Amino acid sequence: MRPFAALVVRELTLSLRHGADTAATLLFFLLTGALFPLAIGPSPAILARLAPGIVWVCALLAALLPLDRLFGADYEDGSLDQLMLSGLPAPIIALGKALAHWCATGLPLLLAAGPLAIMLRIPTDVLPVLLLGLLPGTLALSLLGTAGAAIVLGARRGGVLLPLLVLPLAMPVLIFGAAAPAAAADGLTVRPHLLLLCAVLAVAMPLCPLAAGAALRAAVE
Amino acid sequence: MPPYAGEPSAEGKRAEGLFAEGLAAFRGERLVFRDLTFHLPPGGAMLLLGANGSGKSTLLRLLAGLLRPASGTIFWNGAALFADLAAHGPQVGYLGHLEAIKPGLTAAENLRFAAATGTGRHAVASALEALQLTRYADLPARLLSAGQRRRLALARLTLGVAKLWLLDEPTLGLDAASVCRLGEILAQHRARGGAIVAATHLDLPLPGAEALDLTAPAPREHQS
Repeated sequence: MRPFAALVVRELTLSLRHGADTAATLLFFLLTGALFPLAIGPSPAILARLAPGIVWVCALLAALLPLDRLFGADYEDGSLDQLMLSGLPAPIIALGKALAHWCATGLPLLLAAGPLAIMLRIPTDVLPVLLLGLLPGTLALSLLGTAGAAIVLGARRGGVLLPLLVLPLAMPVLIFGAAAPAAAADGLTVRPHLLLLCAVLAVAMPLCPLAAGAALRAAVE
Repeated sequence: MPPYAGEPSAEGKRAEGLFAEGLAAFRGERLVFRDLTFHLPPGGAMLLLGANGSGKSTLLRLLAGLLRPASGTIFWNGAALFADLAAHGPQVGYLGHLEAIKPGLTAAENLRFAAATGTGRHAVASALEALQLTRYADLPARLLSAGQRRRLALARLTLGVAKLWLLDEPTLGLDAASVCRLGEILAQHRARGGAIVAATHLDLPLPGAEALDLTAPAPREHQS
């Protein structure tokens, strides 16, 4: 447990030292969200209908931004070799990285999603459902992104490859995540959508670190 | 068919320290060495010699368990290395070309992380002291010079309980005084029963080390 905690603490310390990375991700999230009223017009009725989907797509894209440095920096400076020799199993290393990615990216996005959604005139009774869906959603995105980042490690132009790999995998998250607030807006029950989102998270939780761990082993060879 | 594909001999399971048998490795499509068999007892040291590209770094990564051999087996204290990588990792102190130092953390924080993740148990302060880095303990590692970064990476080794040190050009960028101190550290490690495998083009203070020349054709002990 101690090496795992040390890994997460080191990742968070580095995120704090390089705070501009998190700030850039948040600004990207807010700016892309702000583009939609400019592009489709400021009509409150249309924006309110589109707000959950806009927030979800922007969060998905913003969560991709820091992924190429998630293992990239460790790979380039030799830290990955040392991590692989630390005695921690490779999937646990990947799980620690995913947790750190969520703390440094997913959680700030979750906090910024509320203001962005209100800016887009989301109905007040839909907002809690959106945020409730984003909680397991961002966790699942961190796990999927970690697996993608580990797989493209060492590939030429990995940064371009990464979204092509992660975005198709993230589609179930987007579908169920956006369906919950839509159901709430129509006065339908939101429970099945949120449960399906949690099911996606439950599948990603063991599978993504395993895939990422195998990819990390291959990357150091 | 690899030249050596037999069952690992019982000798490897009995041998103390590091035992390698019939090793072969590829880098890409190229066979860098084959039929490599050696035994390094506890307290022993081995120098890897050879031209650039003769497979010195590849062999070190094999011994660390980071890379799998194309054929052959490696034993560490009688246990097959690739049977339990998570157990072998903490036994290894690996210093590659790259120092694995996070520029955003201070020198002391870099070591504290290494100390917390399996490789290290001893005090960070004494490791910094041993490489005369105490003055720079609270300096961000990005401000350290190349030689100081190398010393910090060496300090990480002295933290550890690792018995097998795998050093790739350890003296690169070190001044004469630091090379001298490295010699003392290496001698202490061997006195405690540790083994050292080092790849180098420069003179290393490793008295009594056997040399393994990777460019020389390996003796054919096993007929294919």
